[in-house]
Order: sequence, then structure tokens, then C-alpha cells
Amino acid sequence: MYEFDYVRPTTLQEAQDLVGEDKKLLAGGQTYMPTLRQRLAMPELLIDLNAIPVLHGICEADDRISIGAMTRHAEVASDGLVRSKIPGLASMAGGIGDPAVRHRGTLGGSLANNDPSACYPAAVLALNAVVHTSKRSIEAKDFFQGLFTTALDEDEIISHVTFPSVPCAYLKFKQPASGFALAGVFACKLDDGFRLAVTGAGQEGVFRWQQAEAALNNDASFGDFKSLALEPDMIEDVHADADYRSNLVRVAAGRVVAQLREQLA
Amino acid sequence: MKISLKINGQDLTAEVAPTTLLVDFLRSDQGLTGTHLGCDTSQCGACMVLVNGDAVKSCTLLAVQLDGAEVTTIEGLSDGETLSPVQEAFREAHGLQCGFCTPGMVVSVTDLLAKNPNPSESEIRHWLEGNICRCTGYQNIVKAAQMAAEKQQAA
Ligand SMILES: Cc1cc2nc3c(=O)[nH]c(=O)nc-3n(C[C@H](O)[C@H](O)[C@H](O)COP(=O)(O)OP(=O)(O)OC[C@H]3O[C@@H](n4cnc5c(N)ncnc54)[C@H](O)[C@@H]3O)c2cc1C
Ligand code: FES
Ligand code: FES
Repeated sequence: MYEFDYVRPTTLQEAQDLVGEDKKLLAGGQTYMPTLRQRLAMPELLIDLNAIPVLHGICEADDRISIGAMTRHAEVASDGLVRSKIPGLASMAGGIGDPAVRHRGTLGGSLANNDPSACYPAAVLALNAVVHTSKRSIEAKDFFQGLFTTALDEDEIISHVTFPSVPCAYLKFKQPASGFALAGVFACKLDDGFRLAVTGAGQEGVFRWQQAEAALNNDASFGDFKSLALEPDMIEDVHADADYRSNLVRVAAGRVVAQLREQLA
Repeated sequence: MKISLKINGQDLTAEVAPTTLLVDFLRSDQGLTGTHLGCDTSQCGACMVLVNGDAVKSCTLLAVQLDGAEVTTIEGLSDGETLSPVQEAFREAHGLQCGFCTPGMVVSVTDLLAKNPNPSESEIRHWLEGNICRCTGYQNIVKAAQMAAEKQQAA
């Protein structure tokens, strides 16, 4: 690693005052530490968010579930409130990486990173969650802006995310070495209809599969996902070419919608 | 930077550079070479230790982050010459060949059994997704985990 300084503030304000160009945030470190070890980043200062109490925890407020940015994947997976009110989010978090990754990795870190194969972006986009930061509130539809790119400014810190309580489910085909999605689909039903968000597959990152949503809103028992167009260009890599990936998306959609129907029944 | 922490039950204060990884601090500064370093992508699990009771990858944490924490390494699991039930089970079930992955495997299984004393075979296999073994093919590692669960329940 290149040399850097390290601080561990205990309030969000202190972290906010420090963060900026070359002064970077450290959350669970499950992405950023390997990046530093491989010398792919050269911050001057690391600002460790782990000791800021307001960033941790899960609560219910005004019919929505609020999850702190520093809440670990393992906590989201095992939390009683999340499991009963947003079941697909709990099962998604329980399938991220491996237990050691889930003991450290956080919601805020995963969203800020916006890896095109990460799981959380699909959940947040499908559920139309709201990302609250040290400066403002950002709707999911405006938050994700392509590969590893988000609406966040360089000096903006995610504080928490609020989710609706709705039936939902997530299913991914895993890249076996890491657990990241080769193709993953998060499905839910909001007041204005079905929503399906796809991760791991689109060259521009997470996206809503609008053809599938329209088909389900037209006929809730729709099942022929193989007949539907998938608009974004698919990622092609050693694990899967574009045709194979789009097939995985269609199969995952069929299975995850079947799970969602069981909850709605 | 100065840190105070507990390692294998002993209180300790040390001076560390901000860039020192926990795994290097344990191996080089503390001489606890049971914890292994197997990759630079946070994927292999050879470096797993318990921090405040949870299995984590010590290659993916900075030593400075451990101020105030309790760390248990593979060296801290046995009681002198007396092996822990998980260690004994790995020996009896032949849960290792070269042994490189074993400290991480033992730490990981110890954490699993603390949280889920009677796991199914599938729960064991899923739990060990973050521990890579190039030798055994995992069969005897899973058997060792099952045997350890039986030993702990009998105890
Ligand atoms: C072996 C392995 C397997 C994995 N498998 C999966 C998987 O199956 N699915 C999946 O989705 N992910 C997977 N991950 C990634 C994992 O979920 C990470 O935890 C996550 O991507 C990053 O979260 P973090 O808390 O570790 O963030 P860090 O690595 O600490 O930070 C990541 C980035 O986000 C920024 N950041 C962190 N917190 C904030 C905040 N509050 N506000 C603004 N910016 C912030 C940091 O500055 C940094 O740029 C895996 C990782 C590993 C090592
Ligand atoms: S050394 Fe491979 S995960 Fe830590
Ligand atoms: S016993 Fe050799 S790597 Fe597992």
C-alpha cells in the first residue's frame, strides 16, 4: 500500500469536515482494502466510519424501514424487522460473499461503490428506496449513474437508506469464486405495480427491466420471460457471454417472480 | 499510532503504522504466525481470526482499526496442549492435507458452531464459502465440522 494517514471520527460532522479529494471514507473495507493493497488507490487520508454511532442500526419510522449506512450485511440478514417486512432484502444480504465479508461489509459501502455485479443496487432500485446523505435525500432512480458511478459528490457521506415494507424476493446466479452476481434479479410489488431490477448483467450497471414489469402489470400470472426483449447491452466476460447472461436474467426473473407470487398469495 | 487491544486474552498496547494490516501485525510484530496470508483479493480466508467474536479476514483490516477490540487467533483456540473440540475434530477426521488453509478453516468453523451449534451439511458448506482449500476437496473438512458439532454437544 501507499502511505496514508488514518482518523476515526465519532460524529458524522467531523467526518463531513474531513472528507474530500484524496481524503477517502473507509466503511467495511471489503472493497476498498483490496483496492489499497493492489495499489489501485492513493488516498492521503483514510476516514474510518466505523466509530460513528448514528450510522449504525435498523429502525421503523413512518411505515418505512430505515437502515444506517454502516449496518453490516450480516445484521440486515438476521434482523427480525427486515426479515418480516422486506424479506427479499434480508435474503439478499445473507447471500452476499461469505460470512467474513458479511461481518464487515456495509450497505453504504456497497451503494457508494455501485459495482455492476453487486446485489444491493438491485434491491435499492427495485424498492425505490431513498438514499439519505450528509447533504440531501436521493431517490434510487437518480442515485445509480452507470458503472461504479453514483450521484454522490466527492465530499458526500451516505447516512442511511429508507425502504418501503413490501413483499419482495431476490435471486442471483453467482460467480462461484466471489459470490457476486453473474445475473441477479430483485422483484417486488409497490403500490403502482411490479418492479424488477437486474444486476450483474447490464454493461451500464443495474437497470429496471421495464418490459417484464409491463408484462406483469398487464397479467399478474405472466411467466414467459424468454419472449421479452432485454434492452441494455449485456456484460461479456470469461464467465458468461452476452447470450448466456441474458438467458440467466430471464431464468432468474421467472424464478424470483414465482417466489414473489408465493408471498403475495 | 498507539493501539490497545486484547489478543488471545492478553491485554496489549502497541505502536503501529496506519498502513499495517492486521495480518502483518499478528505475524510479524506479535509472532503469531498461525494466521496465514494466502491472497491479495480478500477471497481465500486463510487469514481469518475472530474479532469481538466474529470471523473476519485479517488481511482486510488495518491494525489501527483494532483499538479496543478483542482478537482471537488460531493460537488462542487451544488451551495450552489441549486442543479445542474443533481442532481435535480436524485431526481425527483428517480435515487437512498441507495445512495452509487450516487456521482459517478452524476459526471459521469455531464461529459457525458458536452461532449455530447443530448445522446441517448444507449450512456448513455455505458457511465455508469464504475459505478456499486447494488440497482436500472439502469432504473431510465438512466431516470435521460435523464431528466438532457432535463433540461440543456431548461436552
Ligand atoms: C470475497 C468477497 C465477496 C463479495 N461478494 C459480494 C457479493 O456477492 N455481492 C455484493 O453485492 N458484494 C460482494 N462483495 C462486496 C461487499 O459487499 C462489500 O462489502 C461492498 O461492496 C463494499 O462495502 P464496504 O462496507 O466493505 O465498503 P468499503 O470497501 O469500505 O468502501 C467502498 C467504497 O465506498 C465508499 N464509502 C463507504 N461508505 C460510504 C458512505 N457511508 N458514504 C459514502 N461513501 C462511502 C468508500 O470510500 C469506498 O470508495 C464481496 C466482497 C468480497 C471481498
Ligand atoms: S489472505 Fe486471502 S482472504 Fe485474507
Ligand atoms: S489443506 Fe492444503 S489448502 Fe487446505
